Formats: sequence, C-alpha cells, structure tokens
Amino acid sequence: MKEDTRKTPRVGLFVTCLVDLFRPTVGFAAVKLMEEAGCTVEVPMAQTCCGQPAYNSGDREDAAAIARQTIEAFEGFDYVVAPSGSCAGMLKKHYPTLLKGTAWESRADAFSGRVHELVSFLVDVLGVTAVPAAHRGSVTYHDSCSGLRELNVQKQPRKLLATVEGLDLKEMANPDVCCGFGGTFCVKYPDISNKIVEEKTASIAAAGAETLLAGDLGCLMNMAGKLHRQGSRIKVRHVAEVLAGMDDTPAIGGGGR
Amino acid sequence: MSGREAILGKLRNAVGGASDPARQEAVEKRLARPARGLIPARGQLEGEARVALFCQMAEAVTATVARVGKATDVPGAVTHYLRSRNLAPRVRMGADRRLKGMDWASQKSLEVTHGPATPQDEVGVSHAFAGVAETGTVALVSGKDNPTTVNFVPENHIIIVDAKDIAGDLESVISRLRRKYGRGEMPRVLNLVTGPSRSGDIEQTMLLGAHGPRALHLIVVDG
Amino acid sequence: MEVTSPQFKQKSRKALADEQLQRAMGKAKSGFIGKRKKAVEALPEFEALRSSARAIKDHTLAHLDLYLEAYERQVVASGGRVHWAETAEDARRAVLDICRSVGARTVTKGKSMITEEIALNDFLEKEGVRPVETDLGEYIIQLRGEHPSHIIGPALHLNKEQVEEDFRRVHTELPQARDLSQPESLLGEARQILRPQYFQADVGITGANFLIAETGTSIIVTNEGNGDLTQTLPRVHVVVASIEKVVPTLEDASQILRVLARSATGQDMSVYTTFSTGPRRPGDPDGPEEYHVVLLDNGRSSMLGTEFHEMLRCIRCGACMNHCPVYHAVGGHAYGWVYPGPMGAVLTPSLVGVERSGHLPNASTFCGRCESVCPMQIPLPRMMRHWREREFERGLNPATQRFGLGLWAFFARRPKLYRLATSLTIPALSGLGGRRGWFRSLPLAGGWTRHRDLPAPEARTFMQQWRDRDTRKQDGGAA
Repeated sequence: MKEDTRKTPRVGLFVTCLVDLFRPTVGFAAVKLMEEAGCTVEVPMAQTCCGQPAYNSGDREDAAAIARQTIEAFEGFDYVVAPSGSCAGMLKKHYPTLLKGTAWESRADAFSGRVHELVSFLVDVLGVTAVPAAHRGSVTYHDSCSGLRELNVQKQPRKLLATVEGLDLKEMANPDVCCGFGGTFCVKYPDISNKIVEEKTASIAAAGAETLLAGDLGCLMNMAGKLHRQGSRIKVRHVAEVLAGMDDTPAIGGGGR
Repeated sequence: MSGREAILGKLRNAVGGASDPARQEAVEKRLARPARGLIPARGQLEGEARVALFCQMAEAVTATVARVGKATDVPGAVTHYLRSRNLAPRVRMGADRRLKGMDWASQKSLEVTHGPATPQDEVGVSHAFAGVAETGTVALVSGKDNPTTVNFVPENHIIIVDAKDIAGDLESVISRLRRKYGRGEMPRVLNLVTGPSRSGDIEQTMLLGAHGPRALHLIVVDG
Repeated sequence: MEVTSPQFKQKSRKALADEQLQRAMGKAKSGFIGKRKKAVEALPEFEALRSSARAIKDHTLAHLDLYLEAYERQVVASGGRVHWAETAEDARRAVLDICRSVGARTVTKGKSMITEEIALNDFLEKEGVRPVETDLGEYIIQLRGEHPSHIIGPALHLNKEQVEEDFRRVHTELPQARDLSQPESLLGEARQILRPQYFQADVGITGANFLIAETGTSIIVTNEGNGDLTQTLPRVHVVVASIEKVVPTLEDASQILRVLARSATGQDMSVYTTFSTGPRRPGDPDGPEEYHVVLLDNGRSSMLGTEFHEMLRCIRCGACMNHCPVYHAVGGHAYGWVYPGPMGAVLTPSLVGVERSGHLPNASTFCGRCESVCPMQIPLPRMMRHWREREFERGLNPATQRFGLGLWAFFARRPKLYRLATSLTIPALSGLGGRRGWFRSLPLAGGWTRHRDLPAPEARTFMQQWRDRDTRKQDGGAA
C-alpha cells in the first residue's frame, strides 16, 4: 500500500464520445481532478466510443470490434477512467460478456478490473475525501442509471459535493429514476422518452435548485434540452465541472466560446 | 398422452437427457429430505414473545385479537365479540373435536349450527391447525370436521388458535403437517390466512371484505 | 388473444394522450413502489432470500422433466387428473372437455394470467359456456371487454368513475339512484352481484402460483378470497398452470412466498395462500368432487437452455412493471399482448415470436430498475438485448436504422478517420449553434428535437484541444 502511494498512478482517460464532441470541459475537469489527486493522466488517441450504440442495437460484431480496439488502446495503464457511469459500465461490465469465449476473454477481464467511473475512482480508489472547489448556489443531483445500478455510484458524488464551499445540495424527489435518455431509445421512441423526461424535469424544478448536476453527459443533454425547451432557467452541468472548480465556463447549452 | 411425451421430450433434450442417474438421484434426494431454506430471524422467538409477535403481526394486517386463559373461556369470548360488533348471536362451525368440546350451551342466546357454510351464515368459527408468528398467519386444514366454506363464505370469521400451536415460521408448520399426514401427503386444503379479505383493484385503495370475510377475529387460547 | 404489439408506437402515443390513463398510472406508480420498499426494508434477510429463491428455481429448471413427472404422480395419487397441453389450443380443448363432461353452463374463474394467455374466455363463450371472472379487477375489465393492463392489477388503468359507469351500464337490476361514488360502494356491489355466481357455477377455474412436486399440491395466492370460493363451491375445480410453476417441496414454496407478496404488493404475506391437493375426500363436508390440472407448455420448453432460460424463474409478481418508467408512461395495453412491462418485453417475443413483438425489447432505456427489484434476480435488460441481437441477425430492424448504425460503426472502428471527421464537423456545428448555444431543430435529429432542444457543441473537440495542450507542454518543455 505504501509503495503504491509513492508511485504515481498512471491513468488513461476514456473521454467518451459525447464529452469529446459536445462538452470537452468535462474532460478537462476530469483531468484536473485526477491530476490534483496525484495521478498522471494520458489520453490515448485510438479511442472513439465505448460501443453502446452497436451493443444495445443488437450489433455484437461491431460492438466487439470496438471493445477490442478500446482494450488495446488502454493497454499498460494502471487505471482506465471515464467521466460517465454508462460508458464505464460498458467497459467494465459488458466488454467481458461481449468477448467471453474468444481469444480476448482474459484481456477483457483484466481490463475490466482497471476500469472506473470518475467520481467513484476519486473516492473509492484514490481515497479523496474533499475537493478544494467553491460553488455559490444550490444544486440538485440526478443519479444516472448505469452508474447507480451497475457501478454503485450514489454516495461518492454526494460525499464530495458536501465538501464544495458554498454549495447547497437540494435533493429532488426520486433522483434514482431514469431521465428517459436511454441512448438510441430517446430517438427511437421520442414520445415515451419525452413523457419520462417531463416527469424528471418536474422533479428537478420542484427541488428548487439553481443548477442540475449528474455524472453522465447523455442524461445531462437530455434533461438540459428539455429544461431549455420548457423555458427553464435551471443551469445544467456535469458534476465533475463543479468538483473541479470549473463552473466559471458557460453551462450546457450556454453558447459557444 | 402424446402431449405429455412431447413436452417431456423437449424438456429432456433441453436439460441434457433423462437417463442421467445423477439427475434422478438429485431429484429423489431433494424430495425425500426437504431442506429448509433461509428462515428470517423475526419469528425465531420463544414462549410469550412468540405469541406476542403473532398477535402484533395479525393486528398489523387488520385482524383483531383477543387472548383467553383456557379453552372453556372461548364461547364467552365469541359472544362478547358478536355483541361488540352488533352481530346476531348465530355462528356456523364444523364438527371439529376441539370446538365441540367447548361448552357452547353456556351462552344462552347463542345459536350454533354445524356443517358447511351457506350464504345465510353471517359468522363462521374455525379452529386453527397452527399460527405463524413471523407474519401473523393462521393455518387451517380441511377435513371431515372442518369445512372450507366456513373460512370464506360468512362475512365474519372467528378463528381459535391455541398458543402452543403458534410456530415461529411456516417451515415449522410444514414439519408438523408432515408428521400428522405423512410424507408427501397433505390435507385436501391448507388455508394460510393473513388478515381479512381485501382488494386494491380500484385505484389502489385498500378495502376490506372483497369476497371473503370482511372481519377476521382471532381468539388465542393461552392455556 | 390477438397480438397487437406491432402497433406499439401508435398505441403508446394514444396512451400518452389519454388523460384518464395518465391519471390512473400516476396513482399506481407511487403506491406500488412505496409499499414494496417499506416491506423490503422491514426484512433484513430480503436480499439473501432473493438468492435463495433464485437457486430453488435454477435447480428446478435443470430437472424440470423429472419434477413434473413426480408432480403428476402425486396429483394422481391424491385422486386428481393431469392434462398435458403442448399448445394454447390443446389447453382450451382440455378445459372445454372437462366442462362438457359435467354439462357445465357457467364457470367461475379466479385470476389467472395463463387463461389470458390461452384466451380461454372467448373460446368458452363461443362454445356455449359462460365464464364469470370473480377477481374484482378481472370482473371490471370483463364487463368492459378489455384485457388486463397489469399482471396483478388487471384494472390498474382505470379510475373509479369509469368503474361506476360500467356498473351502472351492466347492473341494471339495481336502483339507479344508488350511490357509487366511493370505491367501497363499488366493491360492495361487485361482492353482492358475484356472490350467487359462485354457488351457481358448475366448474371453478383457477391458475396456480406454485405446483409442489413433493405432494401434488397447487397453490394460489390471493387477497380477495374469490379464488377460494371459485375452487371450493363448484363440483369441479380446474387448475390451469404452466410447466415452470413447479417447485420441489413445500419448504421451497415457503421460501419463494417470502419474496412474492413483498415484491408484488408490499405485503409480508398475501391474505390467502391456499394449498389444494386433489378432490373432496371421503367424509369431507365440502370441496370439489373433481380436481384437474391442465399443464401448459405453449413454447416454454423451447426457452429452456437458451439465453432466455432465466425468464422461466419469473413468479409473476409485477415488480418489474411497477418500477418501469416506460410502463408508467404508456400503461399495459400498449404492449399489445398478455404480458406487459419488462417481463412482457422478454416473454412475449419468446411466446409469439420476435417478428411480431420487436418493439417490446427495444422500448427500454435499460435503466435496470426492473432487474434491481426482481425477486428472482432475472437479468431482464440483458435478455431484452438478446432479443435485439436476434432481430439484428435476422435483419428485422428498419433499413434507415441499420444504415445509420452501419455508418456510425464504420467511423467508430477507425479512430483516425473518426478524429478527422469529427474535427471537421464539430467546430462547424458549434459555429452553427452560435451564441444561442441551442438547436431547436436540426436535419437528421428530428427524434431528439421533436420534444427537446439540442445543445450545440462547445467548440472544437476534446481531442483537438488535448493535442494543443500536449503540444504546448512539449513546446514549454523544450523552451
């Protein structure tokens, strides 16, 4: 244990496709949090997406090809960390299933052991107990489904948010109920997805917080998109932005720079 | 019989053949020596604590409970209950030996009829085979002296439970059944009753007295 | 029952616009979830009991042929008869033959999803036998000519005003001026109307929650007591049950009972758990003179040993649909066949074919709440995904979807090309979003923007910016 703490953990950041394309701030917040916790963070260029669109559409072949590509890209890191419970869940829980019975089975299992969702990595693996950030105002936190149910991410973000100076956490009713995003579900069944996100935004509004936080960009874009369509003034951010003290940037949908 | 063979044939194919003696043995062993699973700690109490839990759990499911010292007190307790509920002094019961042994004649105005229940019966009286403290459940068995209709047709059901018959868990009741009826044998009907009849089918509003008894009264006999 | 699952989208749109339904679903949702939670929290051993219950079913399924044979032997030994039915048609015939053999004109019915699955009521009616549903919810929907919208709360989709309307329409012998404004009065009226039916019926039909191989016993679990009146008063009792209902011993049933009611209604035990073994015995003052079991396969044996094997552990508690956001949104009827919600999304394709029910396993966000509450730990999302795989293999998904997925996968499997493509398109899209930062509509994103706005990308991609940072670092290092 002592030897480990002296050695600097080398982390490969799995950026996730949505963060890469839509909200790079989340990626930089993740890097900052992990560097401040004493890690070296690198970003392999050979990553694209975790493969969920294919996997959840029944296309195992493409999903498996992407899984192999990702495992290869992250060979040699002590840890593989993603700022998303959904993508981390895919890498950690589903890659081994996907590659079971193939030549990649043992590599997938070993890879799985190194994968973590960002906030649970900070708290459970690195032992971070507080962040030096400050955030003036109230927030409410939505538990994204995969992080919550596949990776048990629930207490960790709340634990760290409690240490953010000036932050007031106002819990919404049923924070653990799905927001209706569901990847391709939200465009394949837009009307049902809409009904579910409407219930969610009603809970969010009733919580009375100024900012909505969550750990998954897909869910955040869904909820932010609905809130904006409804004319709400509630700001939406990834939890890592607040924890990293990067809340001076525009919130999601706050305009280009 | 062709349906039988077709279904069993498909099942055998799917699970790996019938001729495997290991499978046969596993099944025979399990049936010959039924194993208890996990028994929750809640009901694992002795003596008065167990009886008290039984009463508490029964009341939690809106049964009413009265405790009497001995079997001879039961007819009086029944009369008392009927009066308190403003019910006519008339009850239906089977020819159960334990019920028959009670001095019903001591209750002057009380009319007792025997045999299966009819739509005219307002109150049924049964004697329980056992109670289950864990859930406040009463176990009733059918037989020539214990008509099942008494348990369901009248709007009010009074069940006599001997405190000594209250077990901690259902598994203990099952063991007793096996001792009484023999391995692999069962009474025609075993009714586990946990509170009075209810329905939540209209807007999830829980209402008592759907088709079975609207009221369930337990008389626990301590001695 | 006709399979209308292909119209899932149209039916769900209708459901979303149905104010009565939405009001009823709102009530149902909070009720079930809160009650289950309370019951589970009050039993520290609940999680361990789930594993124990699961192990019992896993063992039983691995020896299903042998346990069914043992069960049959015991039924026969106790004076009952077993009728094996490979298909729904076989089961309907078996029930009708029994009814005919006693000249039955009226049958009462306890709540049974299996008789829904084999569409028994319509069939009996056509053959001149009148089925009377006695469970309050089932009775209501029978009056309306509907099917259950929930496996344990058949009339969950209705409000009391709708029930009042139906009762006034059908019970014309009762005074018009009567007060039916409260659920109590509706229940009282149903009780009064149904009471004589139990005594008039020639045959009583129930389902079964468990069949016990050890003793040849069938078990029904109910709250109303209608199942008991149904099986006690007529001359003949017919149990219609599917083959996976069997468990080895009484103790095994007891174990699963501890998770069943808690998961379903949040009760520790349902009010009536009734164990029936054979017909009336010599000297018995009541009870049926004949006891029959119709054992239904209807496709279940083909699930055994496949990736859908674990679905056969299902005990029909309804917890998965009670916790499903999609079920909450559209209700049970949109699913288009007997079994709605997550368990229906897995079971329906298994029983009627995925080509007729492909929407069901697709209409899920994979939020995983169903699996997390399933008392039998059935991996429902995983099996829905397996159905999507079967569809994909067979090319059953729409062509546009396949094309889009194929295009995306082409790039996702080629990181360099992916980098290039995204580094060109994302900054452009960001620019288009402009200072507003949102799109109200966008070509090819109609599914998204129909109901919500799309945030524009911040600027350049993370990868572009990261390269700059690396370059800066290296430059800084060199300087």
